[in-house]
Amino acid sequence: MSDTTMPHTPTEARAEARTVSFRGGGFAPQRKRWVGGVVFVLLIAIAEWGTRSGWISALTLPKPSDVLETLIELHQSGLLYKHLSPSLSRLVVGAALGASLGVGVGVLIGLFSYIRAGLVPLVAAIFPIPKIALLPLFVIWFGIDEGSKYALIAFGTFTPTVVATYGAVDNVDRSLIRMGQSFGLSWLSIVRKIVLPGAMPGILSGLRISLAIAIILLVAAEMLGAEYGIGAYILEAGALYDLERLFAGVLILSVLGVVLSTVIGLIERHLLDWRS
Amino acid sequence: MDIRLENVSHSYDNFEVMRDISLEIPHGRIVCIVGPSGCGKSTLLRFIGGLERPKQGRVLQVGTPPADCLNPLTYIFQDFALLPWRSVAGNISLVLEDHGIKGAAAKEIIDDVLARTKLTDFAKALPKQLSGGMKQRVAIARALAVNPAVMLMDEPLSALDSQTRELLMDDLVSLWTRTPFTAVYVTHNLAEAVRLGHSIVVLSRRPGQIREIVHLDTPLAERQFGDPELDRQQRHLWQLMRDEARAADAELLDV
Repeated sequence: MSDTTMPHTPTEARAEARTVSFRGGGFAPQRKRWVGGVVFVLLIAIAEWGTRSGWISALTLPKPSDVLETLIELHQSGLLYKHLSPSLSRLVVGAALGASLGVGVGVLIGLFSYIRAGLVPLVAAIFPIPKIALLPLFVIWFGIDEGSKYALIAFGTFTPTVVATYGAVDNVDRSLIRMGQSFGLSWLSIVRKIVLPGAMPGILSGLRISLAIAIILLVAAEMLGAEYGIGAYILEAGALYDLERLFAGVLILSVLGVVLSTVIGLIERHLLDWRS
Repeated sequence: MDIRLENVSHSYDNFEVMRDISLEIPHGRIVCIVGPSGCGKSTLLRFIGGLERPKQGRVLQVGTPPADCLNPLTYIFQDFALLPWRSVAGNISLVLEDHGIKGAAAKEIIDDVLARTKLTDFAKALPKQLSGGMKQRVAIARALAVNPAVMLMDEPLSALDSQTRELLMDDLVSLWTRTPFTAVYVTHNLAEAVRLGHSIVVLSRRPGQIREIVHLDTPLAERQFGDPELDRQQRHLWQLMRDEARAADAELLDV
């Protein structure tokens, strides 16, 4: 096998040696923390520069510094909290209702064939309905006050949560369930100790999507019969073409989204540290 | 407690998997079941533990399991089947909780089985931190915790590399030598069968039938790696299985 036993032909002897070129790179996402921030800062800097120098007209885009000023004003006048607190309570109540019902129904669909056969087509039928279109109906059913707003947000978060949850339950490793049965664990123990923890990763990633939808629907819910609320604030600014206030409101929603996603990330890290 | 199989036959739809298997698994012995792939050996094991029901024939428990036995028929799976979100101790405690064993009583059992499988230092580790061999030792510890009357082992070493397999075979032998247990051990690895089996049941290819039962008299503790007598037995088993295995391999899967 060693090269001493191999007869060298003249061409081999003359051939030059080259390093084998590397071609295995890429296709592996890496963590680059600062790039996201740089993109943000760059975009805002361009907008600021454009609006100041005039090649972006004030009707196209508000000056970022003006938006910031509006936000500071909102904070100082206390109006920010007057708008934020009803919105947050609508978001919390609606999303909690929708998500918990969704997880419950999703688990039932995952566990019982009859419930699956009965409800999966129904969920599929409800899922594509734009929930905003149902707002007038909700106003009739649940009243113009908070009821209709809770219902809209709850309804919107319910369907994606159901779909994510029963998918997650379906994906629980069957060999673990079989193990539970082989050790004589009760049905309830298998559900509590094997199915639910096993479905948790899928449920949490479903919640990420549901909560983003909840924020979207928050604005829709405040279209009717809301004096205060981030959504109402944005809609009012939009109606008046007050772009500074519009952007200030949108910024608050974005921050809300980032905060919620971070919270879920923390929960994931805490609950799912068993994943490799 | 013994296990007796009486004329067990099984088919899926029109697809006959096994035919007329009668077998006695005596107390305190390890019975190995070998056969080509698709001969229904794992299915047979699921019948014995009640995870599946045969179309014909029956599986009988003869005698009553000892009083301290929490789960008479206990499996050890090829893929270990450990809950990844529970620590080593938590995985063992899982099978005790349903019997109302908690706190100090559970700790005593867990400490004992961990010591017997040499895992004492790893009680708090998560499965993802363990090697394949360690995971299977956790599964063995979990099985020991419920004091089984019969251990049903479904290719327990097949997912492991050959060195780990040797080590675990030694562990199983020393466990059995200290306290003999009854076991049905399904494998496709003949070396495992001749190391661990008091008797070896050779199944034919589908539909699985018993071709021969080989009895080995050498005590488990005296069986060494590369023992000429064991090699002879292994060759004999391979003679029995070779044509079956070749035919099974050439078969089209009609599913």
